[in-house]
Amino acid sequence: MTKKKIYLDHGATTPVDKEVLEAMLPYFSEKYGNAASHHFFGKDGCKAVEAARNEAAIFFHANPEEIIFTSGATESNNLAVKGIIKRAKIEGAKPHIITTAFEHHCVLDACGAMQKEGLAEVTFLNPEADGVISVKSVEEAIKPNTVLISVMYVNNEIGTLQPIAAIGAMIKKENASRENKIYFHTDATQAVNYFNCDVDDLGVDMLSMSAHKIYGPKGVGLLYIRKGTLIARIQDGGDHEGGKRAGTLNVPGIVGLGKALELAGKNNKKDAKKIAKLRDRLIDRALAEIPDTFLNGSREFRSPNNANISFRNVEGESLLMLLDMAGIAVSTGSACSSDSLAPSHVLLAIGRKAEEAHGSIRMTLGKNNTEEEIDYTVEKLKESAEKIRKISGQVLDDFYKAKEKGVVEEEHERRH
Amino acid sequence: MQYSKKLIDHFTNPRNQGRLDKPSATGIVGNPVCGDLMKIYLDVKDGVINDIKFETLGCASAIATSSMVTELAKGKTLDEAEKITRNDVANALEGLPPIKMHCSNLAADALRKAIAEYREKNK
Repeated sequence: MTKKKIYLDHGATTPVDKEVLEAMLPYFSEKYGNAASHHFFGKDGCKAVEAARNEAAIFFHANPEEIIFTSGATESNNLAVKGIIKRAKIEGAKPHIITTAFEHHCVLDACGAMQKEGLAEVTFLNPEADGVISVKSVEEAIKPNTVLISVMYVNNEIGTLQPIAAIGAMIKKENASRENKIYFHTDATQAVNYFNCDVDDLGVDMLSMSAHKIYGPKGVGLLYIRKGTLIARIQDGGDHEGGKRAGTLNVPGIVGLGKALELAGKNNKKDAKKIAKLRDRLIDRALAEIPDTFLNGSREFRSPNNANISFRNVEGESLLMLLDMAGIAVSTGSACSSDSLAPSHVLLAIGRKAEEAHGSIRMTLGKNNTEEEIDYTVEKLKESAEKIRKISGQVLDDFYKAKEKGVVEEEHERRH
Repeated sequence: MQYSKKLIDHFTNPRNQGRLDKPSATGIVGNPVCGDLMKIYLDVKDGVINDIKFETLGCASAIATSSMVTELAKGKTLDEAEKITRNDVANALEGLPPIKMHCSNLAADALRKAIAEYREKNK
């Protein structure tokens, strides 16, 4: 029997769809012109890029000139945050950003960088315990000097859906009676496959996404920027993308992104239904059949592809490794699998204890997963958790007992 | 993360795993914030580690280093066992990824702590 290979990490990346790959291939060695060149080689590239821009405009219900191609969502998010702040001018105050404590690191760190450079002040909002941001908490955080609100559409770790359209409507109302406009940005990277991304329905001024999360290639993405948005460029060079993003266009990547969006527009609803059914099977069986487990994030406001489960008395990296050996690819919020050795900031933001964050596994499904794969995964989760719990025994309880008696020092913390 | 075959072996088939009913001494170290907790159980006879067991909540390296430290310590005198260093544990596992070096630190610490408790009790 060949070793099973079950991919449950679509939140990290997805395989490139065959149709997408085929669309891209001519743009490597045949139609290789620089899209900015004025000869016929360049025109081939330029035409392909503009066709992809049109596909993106259709998908997001935008104008083609509002679509800026980038190297991916990390760049898009950096451009949105830093670009707005660098253009913002507020009389007598620093521009203020409102974002959430459980954004992707590229948003958190871009906001953090603006704060550190003294260019902005930032409010990081905590989500509710179910991993959803309340519209009210955003509204209450608004100040006269607020210029940017950035809230992700779907959380990348726990898959929770944020009320973007409601926040957008609230900001629109707010903007009607203020001097300086508040721009609204959403990182829609994990949402594009499953949720309505019509920028007018959402009321967003900017929206980021990456091709590789939607069965497109890595290294390409886009930022939708509503017409009239005052934004500075953050990368200097040529006048590409209406002067908003310098750098030779990644023609094959952009072609792939266009195709992936076209396919997503066609198949999304059907795929979402199928994937949600598998996700429910996975969550229901795991929680019912494995003791001391719980779901992280709202069951109701949840991406169809995300199951994030914590296992008590289990450390996530150990579980990830046993699953890996059994041919199942997942990810974990454990510090031990990260370079920072810090537990997931997302799980801490929804109030999980450190050990609960360490004991979490994220399984993100895709359109090619099957029921058989899910059932095999549940069996392996069961076996692996049992094996790890045998090794951990009573040590966690013993630790807390010893701590009460004052016989353990927090010596281990010193190493960070 | 690249792990050696030896480490994978000790992670998937940990030696001396479990508890001792009447240990001569125990040592618990670690911190749930970091994600690694380890408890060592010692059975000491005539100054020699006659039996040793462990329970560990942690990553693959933490489990493997716990297993290895018990193998290195078993049968040794307390004076010998006390000298086991983090590098000894890492080397016996044919190396650890640099970021995981703290896990072997933890294992040797737990052993030393158990030995210290034994000495304190039997002064």
